[in-house]
Amino acid sequence: MSGVRVLVGTRKGAFILTSDAKRHDWKVSGPHFGGWEMYHLKGSPVDPNRIYASQSTSWFGQLMQRSDDGGETWSPVGNEFRYDGVPGTHQWYDGTPHPWEFARVWHVEPSLHDPDTVLAGVEDAALFRSTDAGNTWYELSGLREHSTGSSWQPGAGGMCLHTIIESPNDPNRLVVAISAAGAFRSDDAGASWKPITKGLHSEGIPDEDAEVGHCVHHVSMHPSRPDVLFMQKHWDVMRSNDAGESWFEISGNLPSDFGFVIDVHAHEPETLYVVPITSDSEHFPPEGKLRVYRSRTGGNEWEPLTKGLPQENCYVNVLRDAMSVDTLDECGVYFGTTGGQVYASPDGGDTWNAIVRDLPAVLSVEVQTLA
Amino acid sequence: MLPAHLKNLAGVGREIEVIVSGVPTPNSVIDAIEVDYPMLRGTIRDLATQRRRPFVRFFIDEEDCSHDDPNDPLPTGVAEGHVPFIVVGAMAGG
Repeated sequence: MSGVRVLVGTRKGAFILTSDAKRHDWKVSGPHFGGWEMYHLKGSPVDPNRIYASQSTSWFGQLMQRSDDGGETWSPVGNEFRYDGVPGTHQWYDGTPHPWEFARVWHVEPSLHDPDTVLAGVEDAALFRSTDAGNTWYELSGLREHSTGSSWQPGAGGMCLHTIIESPNDPNRLVVAISAAGAFRSDDAGASWKPITKGLHSEGIPDEDAEVGHCVHHVSMHPSRPDVLFMQKHWDVMRSNDAGESWFEISGNLPSDFGFVIDVHAHEPETLYVVPITSDSEHFPPEGKLRVYRSRTGGNEWEPLTKGLPQENCYVNVLRDAMSVDTLDECGVYFGTTGGQVYASPDGGDTWNAIVRDLPAVLSVEVQTLA
Repeated sequence: MLPAHLKNLAGVGREIEVIVSGVPTPNSVIDAIEVDYPMLRGTIRDLATQRRRPFVRFFIDEEDCSHDDPNDPLPTGVAEGHVPFIVVGAMAGG
């Protein structure tokens, strides 16, 4: 019987939410790793029972966990993320050189082709790969060693590599995003990288042609059109039709173009979802109304989706990795909030229900569609 | 003795015993812990620097020895196994 499994990372543990294809009745499992920050969990597209999870605390550092049975049981795997060579420095908040220091894994991206291969995006920004199911990790150092690397600066949340996109039709193509360095693309499997920021304009960066320094919050892609990328930047919702070579704004009629998440409908590559947030200092929805905005036109024209979402006194945030879609015939859309709610829409965003309401602050939401 | 999170991670009780060859020191005790319980690698000491994590503290006989040289010999009672070397997570909120 088909169904979905929602992997939820929170500030104080991980939760696994499961349902059949109707997505009305849910079973909640957890907390797994109670008390630990679970920045991200994601399952292998090749083997859905294989799940990788990032587990950390300020007390005891970074651990990585792997499940081979769909999250029933877990085993710690390798947690050594050693920068290649002498890592040098990047810019600190005050502009002074600061040594590259590993802090945590923000995002895990299992390979589209091999369940034992997985990428990890870390803070301070770098990209690591494991080809032995997470037991050992090595850095794809061409990214950090890019000529601009010494000028990268952290965003408010740290200098994190938070988005990793593997092209479904070209195994050599990778896109990553870093706060607040920008977005980068590799066409040689991670050996070398180029900034893909032409067309991005950011308040506080007077140089209109600045290659780096843009605070990219999230990038999304539909697998059928890997050259089309959608970006939620600090401010501005952006689109590229040429794999990031150039970007143009698609914020259109959004009530605010600040936000963190952006995602694409599973079957309609021109249908997008964002959750507008008031501003960079007011991390809550405009007017206290939690609204997902959907564009069916690839951007610019947006409609609010509100049915089942709180429309007064709602002051939660939706963080960058906290939205996902399933691939059932009627696409399901999911997102989690810093207030601990995980909302699901089984009908592409038309109606919403809270699967759970009182989890710790949600850091990430990933959905697996099960056969 | 281990803090609750590390006890759970290693799947052990609050107190574990490790065999240390030579004169035991904080570093050699943690080396032995990491050999017997590899899932604890990097949780007490930073993997890159091998320094005690800032929010981890060491106690012996109710005294905080976190700032002692980690290569200094531990007291005889610890070496003989009747005084625990206590690893705690610092009270730092969160």
